[in-house]
Amino acid sequence: MSPAEDMNNETPGEDMSIDSKVSSSALADVANARSAAREPGKAPMGSGLEARGIHAWFGKHHALENVSLDFASGTVTALIGPSGCGKSTFIRTLNRMHEFIPSAAMAGEVLLDGKDIYAKGTDVTKIRLQIGMVFQKPNPFPSMTIGENVLSGLKLAQLKVDNKEDLMQECLERAGLWNEVKDRLGAHAGGLSGGQQQRLCIARSLAVKPKVLLMDEPCSALDPGSTLRIEDTIGQLAQSMTIIIVTHNMQQAARVSDYTAFFLSDGGPGNMIEVGPTNEIFSRPRDQRTENYVSGRFG
Amino acid sequence: MTQRPTPPAPREITTKPRLSDRIFRGTVTGFGMASLVILTLIGLFLALRGFQTFKHEGFHFLTGVKWESVTSDAGKVTNNFGVGAMLVGTVLIATVALIVGVPLSVLCALYLTFYAPERIKKIMVSVVDLMAAFPSILYGLWGFFVLMPMVQYWAGLLFKYLRWIPVFNAPQPFFERSPFVAGMVLAIMIIPIVTSVSREIFAQTPLDRIQAAYALGATRWGMIKTVVFPFGSSGVVGGAMLGLGRAFGETVAVFTVLNIVFKVNLHILYGMGGNVASMIILKWGEAVGDETKALLAAGFILFVLTLLVNMAANTIVKRTLKSGK
Ligand SMILES: Nc1ncnc2c1ncn2[C@@H]1O[C@H](COP(=O)(O)OP(=O)(O)OP(=O)(O)O)[C@@H](O)[C@H]1O
Ligand SMILES: [Mg+2]
Repeated sequence: MSPAEDMNNETPGEDMSIDSKVSSSALADVANARSAAREPGKAPMGSGLEARGIHAWFGKHHALENVSLDFASGTVTALIGPSGCGKSTFIRTLNRMHEFIPSAAMAGEVLLDGKDIYAKGTDVTKIRLQIGMVFQKPNPFPSMTIGENVLSGLKLAQLKVDNKEDLMQECLERAGLWNEVKDRLGAHAGGLSGGQQQRLCIARSLAVKPKVLLMDEPCSALDPGSTLRIEDTIGQLAQSMTIIIVTHNMQQAARVSDYTAFFLSDGGPGNMIEVGPTNEIFSRPRDQRTENYVSGRFG
Repeated sequence: MTQRPTPPAPREITTKPRLSDRIFRGTVTGFGMASLVILTLIGLFLALRGFQTFKHEGFHFLTGVKWESVTSDAGKVTNNFGVGAMLVGTVLIATVALIVGVPLSVLCALYLTFYAPERIKKIMVSVVDLMAAFPSILYGLWGFFVLMPMVQYWAGLLFKYLRWIPVFNAPQPFFERSPFVAGMVLAIMIIPIVTSVSREIFAQTPLDRIQAAYALGATRWGMIKTVVFPFGSSGVVGGAMLGLGRAFGETVAVFTVLNIVFKVNLHILYGMGGNVASMIILKWGEAVGDETKALLAAGFILFVLTLLVNMAANTIVKRTLKSGK
């Protein structure tokens, strides 16, 4: 377990201030520390996800233009960019949540283990089981207890497991919530704090054993303490699955991700401007616009 | 140091609404209050006119099942009025209506909220609203000529196979004009109100919870079970109670399809029953003197019953919409 522990030890907890004018070299240091902590040549886990030429529309509004991104298995990729550039839209095309919005359309392919998840005859519910999602606002089911929330995915997907108690504990432990709730698994989920609710949502998505986890600003509604815990959790999870996280917090991107992709919209549809190893994006981005953004000159 | 100037007296701020505005406001206020005043007056009128009967019959008015006014040879009048059988019938018919009508309405609301394409949804919503506007005599006639022959067949089957359940038993296989038929007609009649309340509640289901369920690989039905029902159940109960209010008060439709008999009958398939509202219509034409007063007293009972049910229903619906739980 040493790589994980190393990684957590390296997570700096002191500079949590949401300061947009952080020097990008400091960010690069954080990112370097993280990538050094990862064991090189470790066999990848989880599944790779590949987005090819993704376009997205809301009615006539072209929101996303030709985005291609590779998410290697077992990596954490951060999506950054100013508000409205299509990060959420993009992440929602990756598990077919985009199509719930009336009049929404998309083009392109999303390959999970080489298979197009938009192919005709694909069972969408199976896709969403393999590609889990954590939302910006914690959204546990308030009518269920904490324990029921964790297992709700199994019930919804009608999956059978041998030992529910063990699975519940495992998921809550991986989400870093077990110690806080182990004595009140029968209490209603609404009684948890926002940070605890978000970790409960993470535990809930882990219970169905996804290969990929999408997180859309999972910490934006949370206090710094809860944020750090969730970053810890992400570090742990990255060993067994592929994680894609949208964040507005550059330090968070630097702390948790292996790769960073920068999105931008120049008034028209959003584009993916640049993607690369996180430390490179923060230290020597190739594109001037990325440089401007990560150094806090706009956005 | 210069002396401060004395501050001016605060101005009186008034607006003088235009005459047209004042007239409009007065009219609107008048009409707005009118409904409250009229409702109160109706209640008072019924209570006052019925007072003598209440005094004479006492509690027996609610429990008694006879409705007769006998004049002896000596010209002495003996009254015996009781709405007991009719109250039992009212509840019985309304129960049948709810058991049949509420599930249908909930299914209809689910379809309209979560399945129907936008265009069909628009058409269906206005059709369902139109159903509420139809005069009840039309439902009564339809019930009599179309539903009753069909229901008779089903009643026969129920009687044959489920007779061992007391409500499905009957002294004789006489299934015409039964509480079952009346309940079916009422079931159709409460569909609009229950559907539109349920639809309104379902549409308020928090989107983030719906998305959470879908993101966990839920089917639409799975999502409805885990998210929509827990959220909307108390609202549906409220809608059902509004339907109950309508079912309690329905007069003409029930009068058309029900064989009104002053006897307590709990066998829903058997062709006799009653309901306070239709009983009043039945007796009204020939009533004189004390019987008229007794009918007004029965009207007062109906008034209170409907008021209570509707108030309870409104409270439940409002609370659900507000709490957004
Ligand atoms: N449901 C919707 N209907 C119509 N347009 C939408 C919808 N959701 C997003 N859009 C549009 O799509 C574009 C991209 O939005 P998106 O939510 O993906 O941005 P974002 O990068 O996630 O922004 P933020 O950082 O503020 O969350 C925006 O122009 C937005 O107005
Ligand atoms: Mg977003």
